Amino acid sequence: MLRYLTRRLGQAVLVVAGVVILTFVIMRLVPGDPAVAYAGPRASPAELAAARARFGLNDSLPVQLWSYVRDLLGGDWGTSLHTRRPVRDDLFQAFPASLELVGAALVVAIVVGIPLGIAAARYKGKLPDLSIRISSMLAVSVPVFWLALALQTLFASGLGWFPVAGEYDANLDATSPLHVYTNITAVDALFTGNWPILGSTLAHLVLPALVIAAYPAGVIAQMTRAALIEESSRDHARLERALGFGETAVLTRFALRPALNPVLSLIALVFAYSIVNGFLVEAVFNWPGLGRYAADSIRSLDTPAIAGVTLLVAILYVVANLAVDLVQGVIDPRVRSR
Amino acid sequence: MTVSGPAGAPTLQPQLRRTALRGLAGMDRLATVGAVLLALIVLAALLAPLIAPYPDDGGSATHPLEALLPPSGAHWFGTDQVGRDVLSRVLYGARTSLLIAVAVLVIAGVVGVVLGVVAGYAGGWVRDVIMRVTDVFLAFPALLLSLALAVVLQPSVTTVIVAIAVTWWPWYARLTASVAASVSTRGFVDSARCLGVPAPVIVFRHVLPNSLTPVLVQLSLDGGGVILTAAALSYLGLGAHEPTSEWGLMVQQGQSLFTTDWWVVTCPGVAILITAFAFNVLGEGLRARLAR
Repeated sequence: MLRYLTRRLGQAVLVVAGVVILTFVIMRLVPGDPAVAYAGPRASPAELAAARARFGLNDSLPVQLWSYVRDLLGGDWGTSLHTRRPVRDDLFQAFPASLELVGAALVVAIVVGIPLGIAAARYKGKLPDLSIRISSMLAVSVPVFWLALALQTLFASGLGWFPVAGEYDANLDATSPLHVYTNITAVDALFTGNWPILGSTLAHLVLPALVIAAYPAGVIAQMTRAALIEESSRDHARLERALGFGETAVLTRFALRPALNPVLSLIALVFAYSIVNGFLVEAVFNWPGLGRYAADSIRSLDTPAIAGVTLLVAILYVVANLAVDLVQGVIDPRVRSR
Repeated sequence: MTVSGPAGAPTLQPQLRRTALRGLAGMDRLATVGAVLLALIVLAALLAPLIAPYPDDGGSATHPLEALLPPSGAHWFGTDQVGRDVLSRVLYGARTSLLIAVAVLVIAGVVGVVLGVVAGYAGGWVRDVIMRVTDVFLAFPALLLSLALAVVLQPSVTTVIVAIAVTWWPWYARLTASVAASVSTRGFVDSARCLGVPAPVIVFRHVLPNSLTPVLVQLSLDGGGVILTAAALSYLGLGAHEPTSEWGLMVQQGQSLFTTDWWVVTCPGVAILITAFAFNVLGEGLRARLAR
């Protein structure tokens, strides 16, 4: 196990190193001069030169790459050209908001997806199975930005059941200010007993979380169904049937636990995917997360910010993959020898 | 899969035809629905100039006096903000989407398969290097890397194709490498090597054709994902631009009209949904069929 662990960790570190280099290359490819973007269009040549020196743009590329890596390791993710704040601080603020949204979406996806997968497996080939398969396929095929617009138009602008955009009602900042600890608004509000903001945040969460939940709910239902069907065709299921257990009991009492193994790995991977998928949804619902930050930085060609978001999400991917592999390595020794 | 000696290298054609036929014949009804839908969409895209009621509206024509008409006998899907027939634009949009999907899958498929088959056959450090590079690209979420690239390149259909292809090939490289590695241990590869067949010939004439089936299935599964990503990039304004008919772009341009003139946004959105759905159920059916 230890050898597997170190090998897998080593690979992950290599991949992150590659990600850093690739991010650096993309950063250098972005059009526009960061010095001009930082110093402003009316900057004097001296100010430009100062900005150029500040960003180390006069150095050779390897030297720039090296200082970029050194800064990253030292916790300096650069300064945003747009917000003029350290990118790391910006990310610390934006990421929890995305986490809140995607976390809520995944809870919905799991609560909906797993029971649907069980129901589909239980009635395999019958009408409930067919309708669940069709709806889960539709859920993974729907363009998120369009679903976001449709739900927003229907339930927020049209029927007025939910707020149109934002994370919570900004007027509440005056009447019941929020003490910020984790930057996850719902969590902060819950633990400080700030009920008005908690209620407002939950109401604002419903529509965007539902939109983001569509894809994971669909794949979780499909995966649960497939894993259950495979598991219930094994010998142990035959024995259980012979002992007189009904089909539902075979599925939920015996087949479900081993079948959830691949589903759990899927959830970890789909989490990282949903963060990025959520970018489009954040744009529609004006959610103050990574997506909006990324959109702003792309619009203003804010290279350090673009690099920061890219790097953060790529690292999330690597960590999610690593977590899946390690957990599976613990559960299933065969994985380690691969 | 066919196993044959190095002299009679297994040819791709009959094998492919057989798997395709087997796949179609044994597929469940849902996958058949997907196949029929997809065939209709391809047909609509090919025949767009003939069947679109107002072919000029697929391009730059404008009819300001007929702007935002609701669906009617003359305009089944209504008209958009400059008076163009939405049905015609949806039909022309199918061309753009399918073109992007085919281009991305061909580019990513070729790059991925070539790198994968080399990695799988060579093994050792060659395989390690190729696989680590693959991992790096896999770590980049497709949409994000495409976003970054689309900023670097100018917004256009070509940009979308390049941006998505760059993030898509690693999947095929990884898949092909694992299949090619197991194919390379088979007897006919050994005997080819003993007969002194040069490595490139072994790789591309013997290992490659025998490693293709899983990748081809995966490619058919991925059409939906490519179309969704392409639509998202266009929706963000990084892809096709006016007057090209593109579904994501149509949604973006009409989004402020959703409450008042729903058809402008709903029709292209549903078109994306149906196309991605068709690809997904067909691919899923093929995969389930071939796994048996």
